[in-house]
Amino acid sequence: MVDVTATSTPAPPRRGLFSGNALPIAIFVLFALVPFVATFKAETYVLSLVTRVMIFAIAALALDLLIGYGALVSFGHAAFIGLGAYAVGILGSHGVNDALVSLPVALGISGLFALATGIVCLRTKGVYFIMITLAFGQMAFFTASSLAPYGGDDGLTVRMRSTFAGLPIFTNDRALYYICLGFLLAAYLICRSLVASRFGRVYRGARENPQRMASIGFEIYRYQLVAYVIAGMIGGLSGFLLANATDFVSPAYMSWQRSGELLIMVIFGGIGTLSGAIIGAAAFLLTEEWLSGITEHWKVIFGPLLVIVAVFAPGGLLGLANRLRRMIRG
Amino acid sequence: MAEPVVQPVLRIEGLTKNFGGLRVTDNVTLDVRPGELHAVIGPNGAGKTTLINQISGQLRADAGKIMFGGEDVTHLSVDKRAERGLARSFQITSILPRFSVLENVALAVQARQGTSFKFFGSAADEGALNKPAMEALDQVGLAARAMIPAGELSHGEKRALELAIALAMEPKLLLLDEPMAGTGHDETERLVTVLRSLKGRFPMVLVEHDMGAVFALADRISVLIYGRILASGTPAEVRADPQVVTAYLGDEME
Amino acid sequence: MSTSLLIVQTLNGLQLGVLLFLIAAGLTLVFGVMDFINLAHGVQYMLGAYLAVMFYGLTGNFLTALVLALGAALVFGLLLEFIVFRHLYDRDHLDQVIATFGIILFLNQGVKILWGASPLSLPMPEALSGSVVLMPGILYPVWRLVIIGSGLGVALLLYVLVNHTRVGMLVRAGASNAAMVSALGVNIRRLFMIVFGFGTMLAGFAGIMIAPILSVEPGMGDTILILAFVVIVIGGIGSIRGAFLAALLVGLVDTLGRSFAVDIMRLFMAPSPARTVGPAIASMLIYLLMAVVLYVRPGGLFPAKGRS
Repeated sequence: MVDVTATSTPAPPRRGLFSGNALPIAIFVLFALVPFVATFKAETYVLSLVTRVMIFAIAALALDLLIGYGALVSFGHAAFIGLGAYAVGILGSHGVNDALVSLPVALGISGLFALATGIVCLRTKGVYFIMITLAFGQMAFFTASSLAPYGGDDGLTVRMRSTFAGLPIFTNDRALYYICLGFLLAAYLICRSLVASRFGRVYRGARENPQRMASIGFEIYRYQLVAYVIAGMIGGLSGFLLANATDFVSPAYMSWQRSGELLIMVIFGGIGTLSGAIIGAAAFLLTEEWLSGITEHWKVIFGPLLVIVAVFAPGGLLGLANRLRRMIRG
Repeated sequence: MAEPVVQPVLRIEGLTKNFGGLRVTDNVTLDVRPGELHAVIGPNGAGKTTLINQISGQLRADAGKIMFGGEDVTHLSVDKRAERGLARSFQITSILPRFSVLENVALAVQARQGTSFKFFGSAADEGALNKPAMEALDQVGLAARAMIPAGELSHGEKRALELAIALAMEPKLLLLDEPMAGTGHDETERLVTVLRSLKGRFPMVLVEHDMGAVFALADRISVLIYGRILASGTPAEVRADPQVVTAYLGDEME
Repeated sequence: MSTSLLIVQTLNGLQLGVLLFLIAAGLTLVFGVMDFINLAHGVQYMLGAYLAVMFYGLTGNFLTALVLALGAALVFGLLLEFIVFRHLYDRDHLDQVIATFGIILFLNQGVKILWGASPLSLPMPEALSGSVVLMPGILYPVWRLVIIGSGLGVALLLYVLVNHTRVGMLVRAGASNAAMVSALGVNIRRLFMIVFGFGTMLAGFAGIMIAPILSVEPGMGDTILILAFVVIVIGGIGSIRGAFLAALLVGLVDTLGRSFAVDIMRLFMAPSPARTVGPAIASMLIYLLMAVVLYVRPGGLFPAKGRS
């Protein structure tokens, strides 16, 4: 049986690094300041990079909700990003560009996909759950690859970014940056609230001891399904933003490698902490960017780096920081 | 004048369970009357926990019927039976170790109060949940330990927590699977006192090895040997039953 | 759709199945006995192919290259076990996923550095490079028959080893309950090493055998890895018998599905949409198969840890 959280989950949010709120506040303030720093250097480059970080952080948050708090290790999470992105792309190719249409569609499609696949996946446990989520992710991938009228394997260019009630607010890179930041903040707050709520308590209890929860009178399956759908919809939101940020949509957004990268982002930061998901996404993407600037063979360095993190830093970066803090304190 | 017929809270008819070729529960028929404490005793391997598992729903019987509160629950899931007021404590402690003691119990309260599909607001701060939870903890003597992670409790305290969780469910029937398992003398005394104070509030099925506790608490006793009910009746009747004495009680009573 | 095409594709399906079995066998044992998710199993397969190419370049003889490559793959696998995997046996599956994913990245890039990104090829032995007439009108490559044959041979060998030797018994016991086996005094570390080494060699062997047919390139292990996982999940983790049946099933379903999907779709729709829907459904078939199997039997066909 797979026990995904036992050794490497750090303490619940309240006892993490700094106090419960200092770290997330610091993170969001930092994100808010980036565009001002960027004016002095390659603005477009930095903006687009950090925008991408925030977009994947949104997806990573949703995944942390699943793996960190529910022990539901989804290896097909990238499918939701892809679905959200394709909603923008396909609607766009038919001339529909308004976010008031494409965003609800993106959320709706990813939510429905999560519902349909969740119903099947949640009947399984452990590694079987991992595999079946992978299977559904692959199905989404292959379906997208076969959509010849929408680019098939090669993908689809998004000619025009989303408008909002007719206003082209996504077009400006800075504006897009702050929109993404806003959504990231919203996603973070929603996840935090969820975790502490009545729903969240049952959901977390189900991870801890499903037998006990059932014997109190909770039908766990329903709670996990709702969580799965919510996580899927947040993933769809991420995809919606990604299509706008990259002006491009492709089946590669849904590949199993992408799903694997999302898992790594969450684990990198420290699962079950929410802030860790954001930090992990940033660390992963920024390291990737930095290393690929040094050498085209950056994966030769990145690979062993992952191995080292896995072996020596369970609990990810946040876990490591906590241990250092305890060591310094003596 | 005929005695009025009292509807049993729990009625098991012809319950049978096989594991491969081994018959673990053999045509068990049993009832539990309102307010009574009905003990189930028997040697190790008699199938007591298996019986409890079938009553609570963790195991599906191969044959037979389980009536709870007049309703046929034989095919209902564990959580559905719990919703109807069937509470149990586990022989092997089953709690949420990383949640506080209070939250462990508050969750049981939450299951019975309103909907848990609330996505906002901090559940841990809800007075409406915490108050009944503290009351249950008070009854078992754990009120002082409410904020500690449940995993850090001593073994005896965990057994008491199991009881508190069951109490918080406002049970219509309480199944107690060896609540004194592994507890020392003082803890056992404490649990017996708590159980005695609960007598009459709701019916209980007590599976136990500690004969002292059983004879101190039980209104009726059923003896389970090799999955079969050998005898069932008041403690005096059971004690005197020659079959029981030979098969089981002989050594225990010395 | 002709009978000869059907027969040829069935044979191809068997060949793919046998190949998948070679890879899945090691994977399911490592997972079953050591509870270790080894995503790097796919690069083991790739490495086998690359080593064979290299040794062939040095010796000019396929058989020698095969033997040397198997040996080198085994050494490399054991090295990996010693340096990395050994530290992860007691850890979360998630940690194992990250570490082995990192190894995939490292080795995929590594072979690119050492041998370049362009696909390489390995010529098959002269004597076995032709085609043979199976039935009137059906010409089938000898080498593919060799693959099928050697795969079945390995399956037989594994059957004998697992069911009729002491080590095999320990492996089966370990797949069912490793902690118990260890508690009985068996040197579990050595057992792990044997299981792991054997699995590595099987994967490498698969890579070597398929090299003459496919091109040898970085990343060739990735797709096959996913297929192998699908196989072991369908078959039941820890079960070699399950892996064998599931591998053949997956190989046949995938191959026959891809060949005849468009034709089958044409029974339900016009030719043009059939040409789009067909291949899409074909690629999804084995995942649909897995989803169905898991829905009916959430533990796979032959779960080693017993039906829950």
